[in-house]
Amino acid sequence: MNNEELLLAAEQEREARAEREARVLVCQGTACHSAHSEQIAEAIAAELKKRGLEKRCSVVGVGCRGLCAAGPMVSVEPSHTLYHKVTVEDAPAIAESLPNGRVESLQLSTNTPFFTRQTKIVLENAGEISIERIEDYYAHNGYQALLRAITEMTPAEVIDEITKSGLRGRGGAGYPTGLKWGTVAKAVGSPKYVICNGDEGDPGAFMDRSVMEADPHRVLEGMAIAAYAVGASQGYLYVRAEYPLAVKRLNTAIRQAQKAGLLGENIAGTSFSFNVSVRLGAGAFVCGEETALIASIEGKRGTPRPRPPYPAQSGLWGRPTLINNVETYANVAPIIQRGSAWFASIGTAKSKGTKVFALAGKVNNIGLIEVPMGITLREIIFEIGGGIPNGRLFKAVQTGGPSGGCIPAEYLDTPVDFESLATLGSIMGSGGMIVMDDTSCMVDVARYFMEFCKHESCGKCVPCRVGTAQMYDLLTRISTGTAELEDLALLEELCDTVKYTSLCGLGQSAPNPVISTLRYFRDEYMAHIVEKRCPAGVCAMESTLEVNA
Amino acid sequence: MSDVKSKITVATIWLDGCSGCHMSFLDMDERLLALADRMTILYSPLVDTKDFPEMVDLAIVEGAVSTADDLAKIKKVRAHSKVLVSLGDCAVSGNVPAMRNPFGVKAIMNAVYPANIKFEPLGAPPLLAQSKPVHTVVKVDVYVQGCPPSGDTIYNVIVDLLDGKTTPTTQYTRFGA
Amino acid sequence: MTTRAASKTPTVRVLTLKINDQDVSACDDQSLLEVCRENNIPLPTLCHLDGLTDVGACRLCLVEVKGASKLLPACSTLAVEGMEVFTDTPRLKGYRKTILEMLFAEGNHVCSVCVSNGHCELQTLGQMHGVDHVRLPYLFARRKVDASHERFVFDQNRCILCTRCVRVCDEVEGAHTWDIMGRGIHSHLVTDLNQPWGESTSCTGCSKCVRVCPTGALFDKGRSVAEMTKKREFLTYLVAMRGNNTNE
Repeated sequence: MNNEELLLAAEQEREARAEREARVLVCQGTACHSAHSEQIAEAIAAELKKRGLEKRCSVVGVGCRGLCAAGPMVSVEPSHTLYHKVTVEDAPAIAESLPNGRVESLQLSTNTPFFTRQTKIVLENAGEISIERIEDYYAHNGYQALLRAITEMTPAEVIDEITKSGLRGRGGAGYPTGLKWGTVAKAVGSPKYVICNGDEGDPGAFMDRSVMEADPHRVLEGMAIAAYAVGASQGYLYVRAEYPLAVKRLNTAIRQAQKAGLLGENIAGTSFSFNVSVRLGAGAFVCGEETALIASIEGKRGTPRPRPPYPAQSGLWGRPTLINNVETYANVAPIIQRGSAWFASIGTAKSKGTKVFALAGKVNNIGLIEVPMGITLREIIFEIGGGIPNGRLFKAVQTGGPSGGCIPAEYLDTPVDFESLATLGSIMGSGGMIVMDDTSCMVDVARYFMEFCKHESCGKCVPCRVGTAQMYDLLTRISTGTAELEDLALLEELCDTVKYTSLCGLGQSAPNPVISTLRYFRDEYMAHIVEKRCPAGVCAMESTLEVNA
Repeated sequence: MSDVKSKITVATIWLDGCSGCHMSFLDMDERLLALADRMTILYSPLVDTKDFPEMVDLAIVEGAVSTADDLAKIKKVRAHSKVLVSLGDCAVSGNVPAMRNPFGVKAIMNAVYPANIKFEPLGAPPLLAQSKPVHTVVKVDVYVQGCPPSGDTIYNVIVDLLDGKTTPTTQYTRFGA
Repeated sequence: MTTRAASKTPTVRVLTLKINDQDVSACDDQSLLEVCRENNIPLPTLCHLDGLTDVGACRLCLVEVKGASKLLPACSTLAVEGMEVFTDTPRLKGYRKTILEMLFAEGNHVCSVCVSNGHCELQTLGQMHGVDHVRLPYLFARRKVDASHERFVFDQNRCILCTRCVRVCDEVEGAHTWDIMGRGIHSHLVTDLNQPWGESTSCTGCSKCVRVCPTGALFDKGRSVAEMTKKREFLTYLVAMRGNNTNE
């Protein structure tokens, strides 16, 4: 398909849409799906048919709109009506109200900070386009960036545009994307590969999942543009197997794009070819680490290798490999279409663009949000997030998952960007944001994340394999009131050893939740150790009887 | 350590050990006579005292902490001594007594005592869930590895202590020496 | 023989660098560990063995490099012109000691009754680094002994997961009988598809794994306490004869 055909297809889809008097968009993200949104969609379609409305109104499965706490979500266009907590039983009422009416009892206002204070780039199509029709993607300017790149720009120009945009990796490390692409482009070796890291292992993180489920073509387009820029013709999308909907929709999207000639050999009649296939993870958080991920694709045990050499120089099968996160790729097409200056106008001086966060924990508006870099934690949690439920007090917000730290109330006015969170002892990470109130015990939180790291450690290097197990045991003893001050000293020493001697990021960042909670909530640790008391009332204290006849 | 001219007071005890470290202590042979000028042994399996002294300068402990009785003993020894030495691998790392730990007390008892024997402790101290090195239950000041550490090693360590030197004991010995 | 970046330069270049403020020369395809060994600069290692690919797993050979934000494993870091390397700082010494203590606490290492007592790399390193006791709690994990093979025994209590046996069997013998199963603290060595060693269909009985094992985990039957000595010179000889094939 060439550019003209693409624009024509887009126009045709927009016209077809305009002919409908109403489109009923039913969220099919995993959360809503698990609350029977597929059955809701079918029921609404059946009810429309009963009323002879099926030609005038369409029912479309869409991806995540964000407010997961209020799901299952259904919206109606063009009237911008939003329904929340919909059940199958509501189908007749919804159908009855179409094409122009509303069901007031189900309505949710979109005039709240949750909806008005977000800035959508990565998620701009989510909740608007069908999860399984490429034509919807065309109607939202899909694949125009790819065709522009491969027919009007050189690879160097593409890299230059990405570099000027200031885009930094969204997987957690924040490495300048343009720089990485440039390095792979310059690397000697053939063939080159492009990999998308869709492993998303952080507990409580569902940003990448939502993007892959809602807008799979956006990710594919970003990968294809990247492949063109670095000189690769083969790509792999590594998705954790625990995301079956994402896998299914990506495979459908790949097939559709291939059929349309937008993936595969000689795209749009140019000499650029790009084939991509999905590879499944097998239940290991460590396979989100790039070298372990590469080992996994190679068919080996998913354990990391020492870096350098970095994958840009020697990656998949020893060849130069570009590996980026899902959200990073999802930013690429808009940048190529709208220009680097536009992207660079959003965010802060060093952190450009937006970030998708998965807001969870003790907060009212649990769900997916996308905000410009530089927004404060306070605004995210209390305005967009709607504050803490049940009248409880904010205690801390955990960012960056098991690699990150907890930030207390006095820093709520910190802007969210790569640098600011790091100075507070946390990281932005891939976007997990867990809010805690005064019923959370920070020792217990640290213990929870250490258990996760211990469980997920690959076992290759000594400090992480043994260190996480030892630190977990120490944290367990502290939380059950069976530890002494020497144990705390040992824990702090182990944190230092594991952080600086582990082979990969998993071990290097496993101590972060401990270090961070010790920094801001040391008094809670002391209460557990010295007074044998859990201030938040969470941990069960044990006696130290150990005689066993 | 106290000055060289006056004698220091010493106690030795064995917990769950084979007494091999004490035999090795005796292997210092005639050097014991030289040491007798600088120390008196107030309490030991090797001498006749029944009660642990109110305070000793140096306590030398052999064996792992395996029973409730060991635990009570070592706590008492720690409270009544200024410097405590873990002598031998059992005291330092658990060694052979600790080899029962991965199995658990119940499995060990079943393996040792056949099922048709009724087991009544009759005053034998109950086994702790795990046989432990001494420093996991009380503070230890000096560690002397070896199974047993040789007479030479023990002599060097004691002379260092008497002379106030802090030579790392790994210069004399190691695990399994 | 070490894991290297796929160096595409046809000729090898020489360079100079500093190690502990001492000027030394190196080739650009040499690891820092090789350069240290050439210059008699001591560096502890456990997972490294001349003749096998390096994996950088034990972390004992970590060195400080000026300008690098992280500590680097000398076995898998190439020498670079102008590098300033420090191998023996108090910080590194502290880390090495802790890592060794982690190993002692992880397994059930009872030197007094072990066939490798007196000939064990873990034991020797422990003594060299002043490990006179282990500050970490012993895990006392239940670990199995596989004595099903006619001539050899695998005692998991003494295994430190250095993977030298895995690598020698894969890279030199070519049988790949050994590999690791499980993850994290539950990782353990298995034969074939987790079958008893005696029933392995891939094992050739060459005993290379026994020779390269640094502890008493793999040993010959018939050896008693302190009797297991291991000769390793065969390895560099075999690899040199084969023509320096790195297996990546």
